[in-house]
Formats: sequence, structure tokens, C-alpha cells
Amino acid sequence: MSVLLAFCAAFLFATGTWMLLQRRLSRILIGVGLVGHGSNILLLISGGDGGNSPIIGTADESAFTDPLPQALVLTSIVITFGVTAFLLSLGYRSWRITHDDVVEDDVEDRFIARRRGTDAAVAEETLAERDQAAEEDRL
Amino acid sequence: MNALIPLPVIVPLLGAAICMIVAQVRWAQRVVCLLALTSNVVVAIMLLVRVDDDGIVVTQAGGWPAPLGITLVVDRLSAVMLVVSSLMLLSVLVYAIGQGAEESRYAAFNPVYLVLAAGVSASFITGDLFNLFVAFEMMLVASYVLLTLGGRPDQVRAGMSYVVISLVASTFFVTALAVIYAATGTVNMAQLSQRMPDLPIGVSTGFSLLLILVFGIKAGLFPLFFWLPDSYPTASGAITAVFAGLLTKVGVYAIIRTQTLIFPPDAQQGTVLLVLAGLTMLVGVLGALAQDDLRRMLSFHIVSHIGYMIFGLALFTLAGVAGAVFYVVHHIVVKTGLFLVAGLVERRSGSDRLSRVGGLVRSAPMLAVLFALPALSIAGIPPFSGFVGKFALVSAGIDAEDWLIVGVSLAVSLLTVYVMVRIWSDVFWGEPEDPAVVAWIESDDSRVPHVMTAAAAAVVAMTVGLMLFAGPLYNYAERTAAELLAPEGYVESVLGGDGS
Repeated sequence: MSVLLAFCAAFLFATGTWMLLQRRLSRILIGVGLVGHGSNILLLISGGDGGNSPIIGTADESAFTDPLPQALVLTSIVITFGVTAFLLSLGYRSWRITHDDVVEDDVEDRFIARRRGTDAAVAEETLAERDQAAEEDRL
Repeated sequence: MNALIPLPVIVPLLGAAICMIVAQVRWAQRVVCLLALTSNVVVAIMLLVRVDDDGIVVTQAGGWPAPLGITLVVDRLSAVMLVVSSLMLLSVLVYAIGQGAEESRYAAFNPVYLVLAAGVSASFITGDLFNLFVAFEMMLVASYVLLTLGGRPDQVRAGMSYVVISLVASTFFVTALAVIYAATGTVNMAQLSQRMPDLPIGVSTGFSLLLILVFGIKAGLFPLFFWLPDSYPTASGAITAVFAGLLTKVGVYAIIRTQTLIFPPDAQQGTVLLVLAGLTMLVGVLGALAQDDLRRMLSFHIVSHIGYMIFGLALFTLAGVAGAVFYVVHHIVVKTGLFLVAGLVERRSGSDRLSRVGGLVRSAPMLAVLFALPALSIAGIPPFSGFVGKFALVSAGIDAEDWLIVGVSLAVSLLTVYVMVRIWSDVFWGEPEDPAVVAWIESDDSRVPHVMTAAAAAVVAMTVGLMLFAGPLYNYAERTAAELLAPEGYVESVLGGDGS
């Protein structure tokens, strides 16, 4: 069972990483979900093979399953859930602003990169672009 | 006295709940928030005095004995981090109230800020690797909200990459927890310290590197720092200051804690950390030189100084770790001060671009003084605390005969002086060229609220205090380092004499 779950975790990590490398927030979000599930499964199987439910008096104590990873994985799932909800709202906000959810380049970065070149006019243009963006924010 | 230990987490969380209830009454929120953080300062100082006199204090939340219960531990390192972080959180809150940006516009600010405070305190006092993860998440989720509170396009853009990077780091953390638990059967740090030497050296080295990766992302270590100068400057002045001062240092704290406590000396990654430290210092300061935006410049500069702290740790000698601890304390205060003053500069001149601002030494001499003190300190000019910290680190490096890293750190401190001089000559000397800036400086909008100036001045006064009390603080850092390098004391305090 553990081997199957381990393969499952590996598959989730692989597909999740691929999705994380995309440019759209909606895909990144799916990637985050997949990778998160992969790590949660890994945490779940870290306690070894399953056994009887760990309630004292119901079964032989040596055959209990390890309850700690289950407690940990619950906490971890809740955290992943909350953060995913936050990312979704961020994506929605981005869509409301730009009608798109592509994670954009940093304008300031492009400004710095061009400033180093000889073309001062290009730098000015980027700066104007940035100011215009800032102006639009204010409105 | 042990009942005090959970207070730095419980009080802010309770305060956050009360702030939510009184969401419509801003003054009540402010009172609750200020009271909660003041209580943190008091509790932290009491813990510091107690720990320095009597040694490590431990409590088991829920009454289950370690390693089953939720272990909370305060040793010298935790205590000093608690004191400094609670002082900074309080000062920045006062600044935020004066600033009147996010704090007065959104009812969410005060409760989320308190959750951030609780997360930071919890990271420092937990004795359990999984609870460290929970504490990190508490702090990070609060920071996501604070970063994007304004909802401006640049904040949303920066927020996206910040959240995704932090999430990837958290996933690595869960993965690390899973494999560590599978190999050792525990997540209690004291018990890990006992069991880690029994593992094959390859396995424990792997764990060590995995944890460096996780905390390196949070601390902004080379090559994992790129999210930091991208996201921090987009938040408002007060929030950037608290992020810059505290969040990366929580990552550094976690690296120091896990490397010294959990891993046996042959699995400690001295060489890897030294290489990373050197590159972090160099890349950070070179990045800072290229910037034109004051807060981005200072953000790159944080990265550079993370390198110094890791350099001290990577030597794994008494003098090195003592230097690192001293440097962390110094850097939290000084960097918070610089960012608060940067916020004042932006307020006063209406822009944070070095190429546009100028002549503030005449129009705002008070600001110039407030900037000069922490800037001189961070540049390492004697007799400021930055000099003491760098001197301690460099002499530790010379003792360990690591000439390359000593050379790099000296070269980087020269470049740091250059960065500070550039800010000074562009912002405070010369004339503002942009007519819009001139008009802004002469207008009424440029008045800086007194509360903001007072809060920034308080933090700057603390940097001066660090200089005056550098001797006692360094002695304390040395005692801390001795405690960190002999983790048996920590293990015994948590698990009791017999171990398990």
C-alpha cells in the first residue's frame, strides 16, 4: 500500500511542478494544489503501514496505526486549503484589474535593466510607463 | 514563571479575536493592539532576565510530557529574539497608526498584524519542528494579507509571486517533515537531536540540506532571494519595515536553531553555508547598487546582510555563532529603523526615487539625522553596533582561517558604505530636479505626522542604545553561542534528565 501511495505522491509532485511553471495563476493554483497533496500523502505514509484505529481498549496496542502523522496531515491540509482560498481571491482580484490572471513582469526590473544600457530614451519611456501605471492605480 | 512562556502567542491571538469583534471601532482596535504588543514586550523582557539567570525554561502545553506534548522552550536565543521582535512590532504599529494608510483604511489591519506577531513569537518559542511549520504559516498568511491589503495592481502582482514562492517553500517543509518523521519517528527537536546521530551520514546530510533549502527561501539566501526585493517594496512603509526587520530573520533563526540543535557536527553544512553566505553578501549588495528606488535598494541590502549572519553560523565556532547572534539582533533594529525613515522620506518628498528626490538635509534636517544614525551603523562605522558585529564576525573568520570569506565580507562592507553614501548624496544633498517633487515638498501634503516621526525616532534611539550597550549585548551573544553549540543542555531541559 505504501509503495502505491509513494508512487501517487511522486506523480502528484511531477504534475504539480509542471503546472507551477506556467504563467497563468489559475494553472499555478492547480499546481500548488497538486504539489500540496503530494506532500500531504508523503506525510501520511511517513508513519508506516496502517493498522487498527488507535483507541486504547479497542484492539491490541502493538497493532495500532501511528496516529501522529494523521494529526499532522490534517493540520497541513487545513493550511493548504486556507492558502489556496487566498490565492483564488488574489487571482480574482487580478482578473478584475487586468481581465487576465497572467503573473506579470516587474516594471521596475525592466526599468533597471534598460537604464544600464546606452539608450536613455528607452529608460525614460519605462519610467513614464511606471508612472502611468501608478497614476492609474490612484484613480 | 513557566506560565509566562505561551503568553507571547496567546495574548496577540486573543487580541486579534477582540479586534475582529470591535472591527467598527478603530480606536478600540488600536487600544487592544497596543496593549497586546506592550504585554509582549514586558513578558519577553521578564523571560530574558529569567533565562539569562537560571537557564532554559520549558513548558508542555496541554499537559502531555515531551516528546508527545506541544513543547514550548525559551533559551537565550529565543529570549533575545522575542525581546527585539516585540519591541519592533510595537514601534512599527505606532508608526502605522501615525501613517494612516492601510491601518486606518482597513479594519483587517490590526487583527492580522496581531496574528503576524503571534506567528513570529511562536516560531521563536516552539520546541517542535511541526509547530515551527504551523508558526511559519501563521506568520506567512498574515504577511500575504498585509502585503496585498491595498489591492493595487503592483501589490497583486508582487503578492502572487510572493505567495506562490512561500507556498512552494511550505510544501518543501511538509516534505522535509514527512521524511524526517519516517526516518526518526519524531518531530520534537530535542528528541531529533538525540536520534539524528544514529542515522547514516548521507541521510542526515540530506535532511540538513533540505531544511537549509526551506529556511533559505524564507531568509532570502542566495540563490533563493529573488522574490524578496520584488515583493517587499510594494507594501506601505510600515508593513515593509516589519517584513524587512523580522520575517527574513525568522528564517535565519530557524537555520541557526536547526543546524546547531538537530544535526550532529558531521552533518552540519559549514562549507555549503559559507559558500552561500559569500554569494548572498555579494549578489545582494551588487543588486542594491543598481537600484533607483530607495526601498528596493534597501530590500536588496537585506539580502546582502543575511549573508553576514549565515557566515557567522557557518564557522560553527563560539566566536562565529556569537557574532551571528549579535548581528541578527543589530540588523533587526537597524533595518527596521532605515525602512521607517525611508517611509518618512517618501512622505516628505512625495517620491522614493533617488533620481528625483534631493536636498532633504535643508528641507528636513530631522529626517537627515534619523537616517544618518542607522545608515552609519549598518555601514559598519565605529563605534556603531554594525562595526562591533562585523568586527566580531571578521575576527571569528580570521581565527578560523577562512581568508576568502573574510575578504568577501570586507569588500562587501566597503560596497555597503558606497550604497549608503549614494542614498545620502542623492536624497539629502543636492537639489530636487523634478518640479513635481519641489511642489510637493512645499505643499501641505508633505507634512509628516509627528507620531510617525516619533516612532521612527524611537527605533533610531534603540540603534544608538545598541551602540551604548554593545559590550553587555556581545557578552550575552557569547553565552547564547555557548548554549547553542552544546545542545545537550537544551535536550536535557526538554526531555528531563533520563532522555527517552
